[in-house]
Amino acid sequence: MKLTLKVWRQKNAENKGEFKTYQMDHVSEDMSFLEMFDVLNDDLVRKGEDTVAFDHDCREGICGMCSMYINGRPHGPLKGTTTCQLHMRHFKDGETITVEPWRATAFPIIKDLMVDRSAFDRIIQAGGYISINTGNAVDANSTPIPKLDADKAFDAASCIGCGACVATCKNASAMLFVSAKVSQLALLPQGQPERHQRVKKMVEIMDAEGFGNCTNTGACEVECPKGISLENIARMNRDFLVANVVD
Amino acid sequence: MKLDAKIPEGPIAEKWTKYKATIPLVNPANKRHIEIIVVGSGLAGSSAAASLAEMGYKVKVFCFQDSPRRAHSIAAQGGINAAKNYSNDGDSVHRLFYDTIKGGDYRSREGNVHRLAEVSTSIIDQCVAQGVPFAREYGGLLDNRSFGGVQVSRTFYAKGQTGQQLLLGAYSALSRQIGRKQAEMYTRHEMLDVVIIDGKARGIIARNLTNGKIERYFGHAVVMATGGYGNVFFLSTNAMGCNVTAIWRAHKKGAFFGNPCFTQIHPTCIPVSGDHQSKLTLMSESLRNDGRIWVPKAKGDNRKPSEIPEDERDYYLERRYPAFGNLVPRDIASRAAKERCDAGYGVGTSKMAVYLDFSDAINRLGKDTIEARYGNLFEIYDKITGEDPYTNAMRIYPAVHYTMGGLWVDYNLMTTIPGLYATGECNFSDHGANRLGASALMQGLADGYFVLPITIGDFLSKEIGTKAIPTNHPAFEEAENAVTERIKKLMSIQGSEPVDYFHKKLGLTMWEYCGMGRNAEGLAKAKKIVQEIKKDFWSNVRIPGAPNETNPELEKALRVADFIELGELMIDDALNRNESCGGHFREEYQTPEGEALRDDNNYAYVAAWEYTGDNQPEVLHKEQLVFDNIKLVQRSYK
Amino acid sequence: MATVTAGIIQSSIGRKYLMALSGLFLCTFLIVHMLGNLALFKDDGGQAFNEYTYFMTHNPLIKIIAYVNYAFILLHIFYSLTLTIYNRKARPESYALVNQSKSATWSSRNMGILGSVILIFLIVHMRTFWFEMKFGTMPTIQYDGNDMVLKDMYSVVAEAFSQVWYVALYVVSMFAIAFHLYHGFQSGFQTLGINHHKYTPIIKNIGMILFAVIIPALFAAMPLYFLILNL
Ligand SMILES: Cc1cc2nc3c(=O)[nH]c(=O)nc-3n(C[C@H](O)[C@H](O)[C@H](O)COP(=O)(O)OP(=O)(O)OC[C@H]3O[C@@H](n4cnc5c(N)ncnc54)[C@H](O)[C@@H]3O)c2cc1C
Ligand code: HEM
Ligand code: SF4
Ligand code: FES
Repeated sequence: MKLTLKVWRQKNAENKGEFKTYQMDHVSEDMSFLEMFDVLNDDLVRKGEDTVAFDHDCREGICGMCSMYINGRPHGPLKGTTTCQLHMRHFKDGETITVEPWRATAFPIIKDLMVDRSAFDRIIQAGGYISINTGNAVDANSTPIPKLDADKAFDAASCIGCGACVATCKNASAMLFVSAKVSQLALLPQGQPERHQRVKKMVEIMDAEGFGNCTNTGACEVECPKGISLENIARMNRDFLVANVVD
Repeated sequence: MKLDAKIPEGPIAEKWTKYKATIPLVNPANKRHIEIIVVGSGLAGSSAAASLAEMGYKVKVFCFQDSPRRAHSIAAQGGINAAKNYSNDGDSVHRLFYDTIKGGDYRSREGNVHRLAEVSTSIIDQCVAQGVPFAREYGGLLDNRSFGGVQVSRTFYAKGQTGQQLLLGAYSALSRQIGRKQAEMYTRHEMLDVVIIDGKARGIIARNLTNGKIERYFGHAVVMATGGYGNVFFLSTNAMGCNVTAIWRAHKKGAFFGNPCFTQIHPTCIPVSGDHQSKLTLMSESLRNDGRIWVPKAKGDNRKPSEIPEDERDYYLERRYPAFGNLVPRDIASRAAKERCDAGYGVGTSKMAVYLDFSDAINRLGKDTIEARYGNLFEIYDKITGEDPYTNAMRIYPAVHYTMGGLWVDYNLMTTIPGLYATGECNFSDHGANRLGASALMQGLADGYFVLPITIGDFLSKEIGTKAIPTNHPAFEEAENAVTERIKKLMSIQGSEPVDYFHKKLGLTMWEYCGMGRNAEGLAKAKKIVQEIKKDFWSNVRIPGAPNETNPELEKALRVADFIELGELMIDDALNRNESCGGHFREEYQTPEGEALRDDNNYAYVAAWEYTGDNQPEVLHKEQLVFDNIKLVQRSYK
Repeated sequence: MATVTAGIIQSSIGRKYLMALSGLFLCTFLIVHMLGNLALFKDDGGQAFNEYTYFMTHNPLIKIIAYVNYAFILLHIFYSLTLTIYNRKARPESYALVNQSKSATWSSRNMGILGSVILIFLIVHMRTFWFEMKFGTMPTIQYDGNDMVLKDMYSVVAEAFSQVWYVALYVVSMFAIAFHLYHGFQSGFQTLGINHHKYTPIIKNIGMILFAVIIPALFAAMPLYFLILNL
C-alpha cells in the first residue's frame, strides 16, 4: 500500500506546530497503525530527521497510552479499537491520512502527538478510590455482590484512561472518564461509604482541570475504545445531585 | 561474599508467622522522617508504595509512562491465584506451595514460595475491598477457573482483564496516598542509576523524559519494582517500554543477578506476521480451559482447519499428557508446539503455528458462553489477524512472555546492596525455572502489599537516626555525571542505523540460540554475535534530536545498550547450567521422550551473578536450594 | 440550602441541571402553548382564540407561570452562553479535520446555533404579539354570548401571518425548534440522571415524535394556514 501521512509536528509545548507530509510507499496491510509509524521513524532517523514522538506502550489496547486523532476521529475509524490495535487493512491504498494529537486545554501537547493527560490522574487522586488500608479487609466472600452489579461495575472499570472521550467531545468534556470511575465504585457495596464525597470531589477537580461541560452529544460513547456507556454519566449526574442535596 | 538468603528457622508453615512477629518495627513518629523511593508503579510498585505510605513513610514513586496506571501489569489477562479453596476442590496453602515449587521445576526457594501461598488469600480480600470487580457467580460469590499445571480451580479473574483490574485497584490505593501528599508521583521519569552511599542504596538518578533533565532523588531505601526484561528478545508479549535498565544499573552497582537465563515462553500467542512486527500479543492461557490444541496428522495439510476431519487431527498435548491434556505447564506446551512445527506439521502461511480450536467448546457450551468467557480475547485476535476465531480455529505460536530471573533477593526481598529491594517480576525469587499461570500477579501483590512493607522494617529500623542526605552529596554528583557522560557518548555516535536495528538483531540472536531450545554450541556462537552487536551499536547507532528534550529514540538507545549487556549474561548463565529445567531447555539434556532432564545433584542452586567490571567475566555465586518439605522428582504431567 | 445551590451552580454538572430543568420546563410550556393556539384553526372569526388569549393574560396562576417561563428562558439563555464560553476555553485550538458525523447527531453538535435561531425568533415573536398585547394599541372585538370586550389578537395574528417573510421566519424557526428538541428533550433527562435501558428509548421516541415532529409541525401549520387563507 502507498499512503500519504499528514502529521502534526510540534517541537514542544511552547513552540507552534504545523503539519508535515510524509509519503509512505511500502505499507503492509498487516501492520498496525503504530508499526507504520515505526517504519516512518526508521526512515526519518536514516535521513537524519527527528522522529515523530507519540505515546504508546502495551500495543494491546489495554494500557491506554496510545492516542492519535486519525482522520478526524480519536483512535481512527474502527469502532472499539485503540490506535495500537488499528491495522492498516482498514485504510485504502493511496489514501491521505491526517494525524493530530488529542486537543484540549486540560491535555497540553508535550511534543508532536504526545499530550499530557495527568489531569486524569489528579481526578482519581481526588476521590477515585475506596479508602481501605492494606490488611484491613474482610474475607472476600463475606459480601456477596449480585452478578449483574458486579458485571456493570466491571464494564465501567474497563476504562483505560486513554482520553479519547475528551478528544472527540466538541466540548472537551471528561464526563465519560470520570463517570466510569464514579459508577464502578457506586455500583459496589464497598463504594457506598464514600459515595457522596467521592462524586463531589472528583467533579470539582474535573472542572478545575479545565475540561468542558457535557452537552450529551454522545460522541464519547461512540468513540470510546472500551464502549463505556453513557448510562455512567447519567448515574454520576444523579449521584452528584443527591450528594449535594443530602450532604 | 557469601550469599545469605536469611530464611527464618522453623517448620515451613510457621516461618513467616514467627518471623513477622519478631521483625523490628519502626514507630510511627520515625516513619514520618523516613523516605522510600519506589521505582515502578506496576502491581508490585503501586501496592508497595500505597502500603508504605499508609504506614506513614514518605514515598516517592517513579514510572516511565505518563501515568502509574499504565504499567505493564495492566496487560495481564488470565487471572490471579489464591489458595482460598472457594471451589471446595481440595485446595490449600500447602497445595499451592507444592504446585508452585513443582511448576518451577524445583528451582525456587521453599521459604519464599510458602510465604507467597500463605498471603495469597489476603490479596483477594484486599482487592475486593478496593472495589476490584472480579467475576462472580449468580449467587453473588466469587468465581474461579483453572490454569495450566494444576488440578484445582483457584484462579480469580475479571474477564480477560484481570491485570488491568488489579492494577487499577493498586493504582487507586496509590492515588489516595498521592492525594493525601503521603506519596509523590514522578511520571515520565526513567531511572538510570542507583546512588550508593557507604555501601547502602540512598537514592536514584532519573531522567525526566519530558525535558531531558537529569534529576537526583534521595531515599533511605530504594525499592525496585520495574518488571521483566523479556524485551531483550525484541519480540515478546511485553509492552514496548519494558526494560532491564533499572535493575541492570543496580546490578552494575553491586546487586547480584539471579538466574538470568530463566525465561518463560508462553505457548499461546498470535504468530508473527511480518518484518514490521513490533511486539507479540498473548492469548491468555485461560483459553486452554476450553480450547483444544492440534495440528494436522499429515505434513503440509493446507485445508482449512474446519475441513480437516477429526481423525486426521493430532491433539498432541492430549495424546502426550493425558492427565493434564491441554493444561500442561507453559514450558511443556511451548516446547511441544515447537517440536511439531520443527517436525513439519505447522500450519498457516509461515508454518510456524498450531491450531487452538474452540469448535468443540462452542458446540458443547454455546457461542454465548464462550463469548462471555473469552469475548475480549477473541476480539483482540480478530483485530490483529482479521480472522474470526468463532468460525476459524485460532493460529498460535509460543512467544517470550516472562522472565523468572531477576535481581537476587533474600527472604526480606533485599538485594545484595543493603537498602536496595526488588519486588515483583524484577526479582528472581518465587517461580524457579518456570512460572505457573496466574502466579505473577499473585507474587507482585504479595510482595507489595504484604511482604515488603513488613520486611523492609528490618533495614529501616536501623536507619531511624539517618538524616535525609542532601542530593549535592558527592555520590549523587558522581552518579549523575556518569549518566550524563553515557548519554553524551550515545548522542555523539551519530552512526547510520536506528536503535531498533540493533534491538532486532539482538532479539533474533537471543531467540535463535537462547530461546526455547539451547545448546552449548549455539550459545557459544550467540555470545560472539552479541559481542559484535555491542561493538557495532556503540559505533554505529544514530540518535536524532537532542538529549535535553523529549527524545524517545534516546530512551530506547539507553535501554538497548543495557539489553545487549544483559544478553551476554543470559548466555553465560544458560551455558553454565548444564541441565534442562522448566523454561531452560538445554537440548543436550533431555529424557528419551524429549522432556527436560534436571540434574539435581549439580544444579539445584540459584545462580547469582556478580558484576566485576566492564568486559570482565561476571562471577558466579551459588545459593544452594534446600528442599526439606518437598521431594524432588521428575516433573510428570502425564 | 445555600451551600447546596452554590455547590450546584458552581459546577459544570450543576449548570447543566439548570439548563435541563429550564429546557424541560419550556418543553411543557410549548405543549400548553401549542394546544391553546389550536384555537386559531377554529373557524369562528377568532372567538375561541381571543377568549383563550384573554384567559392566558388574566388568570393569576397563568400569569405566574408566564413569569416563571420568562425567567427560565433567560436562565436557559444565560447558561447556554456560560456553557459555550467554558467549552470554547476547554479547546482553544481546534482540529484541522473533524469527522464527527459518525459519532454524534447534527442536532447535538449545533444546539447553540439552533438556540440562537430560536432566540431571534422569540424576539420577533414577542415583539409582534406579546409586546403589542401588553403595550401596543390593539383592535378590540366583542362576541355574542360574551359581554366582555376582548383585544382582537386573532386579527393581529392573521395580519402578521399574511406576510410571506414572517411566515418563512416562522417555518424556519420551527425547524430549529424541531432539531433543538430532537436532541434537547432526551438530553435533559440524561442530564438529570435519568437513563434506563427500558425507559430511555421511550423518552427518545417522545422527543422525536412529539417534540421534533408534531409540535413544530402544528406550530408551522398555523402561519401557513393563514397564508393560504389569504391567497
Ligand atoms: C501479556 C501478559 C499477560 C500476562 N498475564 C498474566 C496473568 O494472567 N496472570 C499472572 O499472574 N501474570 C500474568 N502476566 C505476568 C504479569 O503481568 C507480570 O509479571 C507482572 O504484572 C509484573 O508486575 P511488576 O509490578 O513487577 O512490573 P510491571 O507491571 O511491568 O511494572 C513495571 C514498572 O516499572 C516502571 N519502570 C520500569 N523500568 C523503569 C525505569 N528504568 N525507570 C522508571 N520506572 C521504570 C514502569 O514504568 C512500570 O511502572 C502477564 C504478562 C504479560 C506480558
Ligand atoms: C422554546 C424554547 C426552548 C426550549 C423548549 C429549549 C429546550 C432545551 C432543552 C430541553 C435542552 C436540553 C438540556 C440538557 O440537555 O440538559 C436545551 C439545551 C440547550 N438549549 Fe435550549 N431550549 C429553548 C430555547 C433555547 C434558546 C433560546 C437558546 C439559546 C439562546 C437555547 C440554547 C440551548 C443550548 C446551548 C443548549 C445546550 C445543549 C445541550 O445541553 O445539549 N435554547 N434546550
Ligand atoms: S471512557 Fe473510554 S474514551 Fe474515555 S478514557 Fe475511558 S476508555 Fe478512553
Ligand atoms: S499502546 Fe497501550 S492501549 Fe495502545
